[in-house]
Amino acid sequence: MFEYVIILGQEIYKILFLLIPILVSVAMIVWLDRRVWGLVQKRKGPNVVGPFGLLQTLADALKYIFKEIIIPSSANKAVFILAPIVTMTLALVAWAVIPMSEDFVLSDINVGVLYLFAVSSLGVYGIIMGGWASNSKYPFLGAIRSAAQMVSYEVSIGIIIINVLLCVGSLNLKDIVLAQSELWYVIPLFPMFVIFFISALAETNRPPFDLPEAEAELVAGYQTEYSGMMYAMFWLGEYANILLMCAIGSILFLGGWLPIIDIYPVNLIPAPIWMTFKILFLFFLFALIKAIVPRYRYDQLMRLGWKIFLPFSLIYLVLTASFLFYFDKLPKGNF
Amino acid sequence: MLAHSIFFYFFSVIAIFSSLMVITSRNTVNSVFFLILDFISVGCLFIMVGAEFLGMIILIVYVGAVAVLFLFVVMMLNVAEQKQSWFIGKKATHIPIGLIVSILILLELLVVVGGWKYKDDLMSSSTLNLSNISNTHQLGLVMYTDYILYFQLAGVILLLSMIGAILLTFRQRKGVKKQSYFNQISRNPSSSIELIEVENNKGVKIDD
Repeated sequence: MFEYVIILGQEIYKILFLLIPILVSVAMIVWLDRRVWGLVQKRKGPNVVGPFGLLQTLADALKYIFKEIIIPSSANKAVFILAPIVTMTLALVAWAVIPMSEDFVLSDINVGVLYLFAVSSLGVYGIIMGGWASNSKYPFLGAIRSAAQMVSYEVSIGIIIINVLLCVGSLNLKDIVLAQSELWYVIPLFPMFVIFFISALAETNRPPFDLPEAEAELVAGYQTEYSGMMYAMFWLGEYANILLMCAIGSILFLGGWLPIIDIYPVNLIPAPIWMTFKILFLFFLFALIKAIVPRYRYDQLMRLGWKIFLPFSLIYLVLTASFLFYFDKLPKGNF
Repeated sequence: MLAHSIFFYFFSVIAIFSSLMVITSRNTVNSVFFLILDFISVGCLFIMVGAEFLGMIILIVYVGAVAVLFLFVVMMLNVAEQKQSWFIGKKATHIPIGLIVSILILLELLVVVGGWKYKDDLMSSSTLNLSNISNTHQLGLVMYTDYILYFQLAGVILLLSMIGAILLTFRQRKGVKKQSYFNQISRNPSSSIELIEVENNKGVKIDD
């Protein structure tokens, strides 16, 4: 019995060691996002609180904590409170399988990619629950839009993942990264990388696909009725999801923790730093796109997902499979 | 083994409780939420017995896609509160149909489990060495070789049902204006903007 307690303690220690850096980096990433957004528009962005405004997010979080939580009287209270919790939990739970280096991972499971895909497809529930439980027009419309959008773009993300899996022959994230030690998949699968990036924007409700919270039409979408800490949880979950998508992108296409070239001075830099660097690079692209691209119309969004990305990624899948088969490069596995 | 059984009972209790709540809860949307909880705990049970691929596929397909559409339909139908009790009153006519369906399902389950019981060589008939390769590899090896016909047939059936659903809901309406994306994107200022010098007190005729 006692050894279980010890194992439990160790696991909790590991989980905290993973979660606290993620929460801190989410706070920093919000600052980076606003800063890039400001610089693109020739503003300064947040630069008052702390050095370079780095503590701005902490100040915001403090403000949210001390604000009153308002629950609308006609809302379904249980679901209303549950929705931000679901969003944030799902965003954090997925980090359990993200490998920061060859042995720096919380749980190295065989079906890592499927796990990530499953968790990111569950993410829609937080939004749809929040929108429905608010019992108000705008949140409901926002939730419906976002559910349709996320389900549509998941389909093309799934096919892109299959493209990568065909080249690797394993669902394990570590194997996927190690298979790229000679050539990052961003080179042979470049069109898939572009489509993955755009689908990730749609999946995380980022501009130009932020229709669920399009402020001109829907006030703030599914978050309209939320205030205080519950709004902050939605917000944290959203940014943790964006970071997660960047991490998935860097694992699938940018070679995870592998250095750019495996020669002497470059490969001295430790693996987690490479991984962080790649995540930050993808996030920088996310932030730039938020600043420079105008919002899509809803029918354009749906058309892009179903009529362009889905057929194109299917065709590319067939091409990849035939190429691998013709040149006898299909991964044989270890059996 | 202790931790294993604790987790097993934890997930099974949640699964049974939530499946009961699916049929007893008054609020239809809550029913769907409990259905989702049920799917998740069944997926966790699959992962616990070592069928990790199946568990994840349940999470992706049922929870991530099917249940979202369920939720969609239930929310849109505006039947949130079930005013009428299921068992009392005039509208209790669906009880016999429900009973027939559930008895049929029970019989089918009995046949399946019975067939399994009497065919001991089901597990040993496979030519694969099942011990040292991962779950996903095993499934792939069997599904695309021995059972390729069934696999393809299942795909064709799904495709047919999709086409059927589209055909049932598709109707061509007259007088609907459509947008041509190509024309919208390829517009340029010279073809759509015209500068006109308006003379005083004379007005301009546009759209001719």
